[in-house]
Amino acid sequence: MPELRTVDVAEIEDTVRKLCVEANHELRADHVAALERGRAAEESPIGREVFDRLLENARVSAAERIAFCQDTGYAVVFLTLGQDVHLTGGSLAEAIDRGVADGYREGYLRASLVRSPVDRVNTGDNTPAMVHYDIVPGSAIELTLLVKGAGCDNMSALRMLTPAAGVEGMKQFVVETIEKAGPSASPPVTVGIGMGGTFDRAAVLAKRALTRDPTGSPSPDPKLAELEAELVDAINATGIGPAGFGGTVTTVAVHVESYPTHIAAFPVAINLDCHSHRVRSVTL
Amino acid sequence: MTGPGDVSDGAPLTPNDSNSTSSIRLPLEETTLRELRAGDSVLLSGTVYTARDAAHARFAEAIAAGEPLPFDVDGATIYFVGPTPARPGHVIGSAGPTTASRCDAYSPMLVERGLRSMIGKGRRNQAVKDSMRAHGCIYFGAIEGTAALLSQCITSAEIIAYEDLGAEAVRKLTIEDFPALVVNDVHGADLYDDGPARWRRR
Repeated sequence: MPELRTVDVAEIEDTVRKLCVEANHELRADHVAALERGRAAEESPIGREVFDRLLENARVSAAERIAFCQDTGYAVVFLTLGQDVHLTGGSLAEAIDRGVADGYREGYLRASLVRSPVDRVNTGDNTPAMVHYDIVPGSAIELTLLVKGAGCDNMSALRMLTPAAGVEGMKQFVVETIEKAGPSASPPVTVGIGMGGTFDRAAVLAKRALTRDPTGSPSPDPKLAELEAELVDAINATGIGPAGFGGTVTTVAVHVESYPTHIAAFPVAINLDCHSHRVRSVTL
Repeated sequence: MTGPGDVSDGAPLTPNDSNSTSSIRLPLEETTLRELRAGDSVLLSGTVYTARDAAHARFAEAIAAGEPLPFDVDGATIYFVGPTPARPGHVIGSAGPTTASRCDAYSPMLVERGLRSMIGKGRRNQAVKDSMRAHGCIYFGAIEGTAALLSQCITSAEIIAYEDLGAEAVRKLTIEDFPALVVNDVHGADLYDDGPARWRRR
C-alpha cells in the first residue's frame, strides 16, 4: 500500500491566490511570443498596430501591477489530484474559493460574477471558482488556472455533428463560429477545440485545450497537429484580423483535443479566448 | 502625427486608408459628426459616461416610468466599460471597452433622445445602426486588450449613479486623447464589414 502524502488545503488556497494575481497582471511569456509571431505575420498596417498596442499594454500592466484587461474573468481551475494525496485543513472547494477572493482583492481585480443568471446580484468577491477535478494515480497535485473573460466565452459554441459530417463538417463549424464572433471575441483569438466524448466532455476538453503550454505548440498527435495547422489557415483567411478591424491574423493558436466517442456521435465544442490569454500552471 | 511604432498612451491609431487622425472634443459637434467616416482614426477628449448592460436596463426602467436619467443624454457619449477597482493613488483601474451588442436592445431609445456617440467593441445590430443613421450618432471602436493603456487616458472618474452595481455603476469620466476608430458613421458605413472584406482570402 503506497504511503499517503498529506497536504493542507491552505497550501492550495495560497497557490490559487498568487496565480489569480499573476495571471491577471502578467501575460505569460509564451503568449507574448505568440503575439510577436502574429505581429510579424500580420500584413495589415492597422493589424500590426493592434499587435503593438497589445504588447505595450502587457508591458504597462506588468510594470504598474494592474490588470491587462478590465474583464478579470471567471477563475476556472483544473485540479488534477493524485489519489495518494490526503487533504487536511477543511474543504478543498472552500479553500480554492478563499484563494480566489483574496487574490482578486489583493490584485485590484474586478468582481465579475453574479449569484444567479436570473437575479444577477454580484457575489462581491469573484467566487465561486469553476473547478474541474481529475483523480489520477500518484501523489502529485497539478493546478492550472485559466482566467476566462466573458466576451469570448459568449462567442463559443458546441454542436453535435454526425459522423457523416466528419472533419470537413467540423472545419466548417469552426470557421462559421469565428465569423459569427467577429470582433466580439477580441481577436487575435486562441481557439480551444474539444472533439469527441459526450456533450459535456467536449465542452470541458475545449476549455482545457486553451491551457496548452506553450500557446501555439502543436498537438503530439500528428493528425491533430495537421488539423490545427489547417484550421489556423482557414480562420486567418476570414480577414477579420486583430480587433476585427481587418487583417491576416485572426488567431495565434488553435489547440485541438480529442476523446473516444459514441459510434453515433461527433461532438465538437469550440471555446474562444481573447488576446488577453491568462493561464498559469503549477505542480505541488 | 505619431508613427506606427509609437504606442504610448494617447497615440492615435493609424487609419486604415489615407484619412488623417483628428483630435476631437466631446460632445461631438454636428459638423464633425457628418464629416467622420468609418475607418477614421480619432483621439477623443472630454466627458463620457460609463454604462453596461445592468445600467442600461435601469435606464429603460427610468424611461418607462417617466423618470429622469442620471445624466443628460442629449449630446452625450456612452462608453461601454466596467473598470477594475482603482489602486490607491490611481484615477481608475483597467478600463477597456466591453462588447457593445449586449446593449443593442437599449441603445436606440437613447439615440432617439440625442445620444451623440458610443465607444465599445464588437458589431451593432441593424436596429442600432438604423437609429444612429436616422438621429445622428457615431459608434467608435476601441481595443479591448489595451485596458491598461486606455486607463492612462482617463484623467478623472466619479460614480454618479447605481453605486450598488459595483463595476457596472454609472461613472462620469474625463478622457484625454483616447484612441479609437470610427466603426459606424452616420452615412451607413461599417468598419467591421469594410476592414475584413479587404483582407478576406476566400
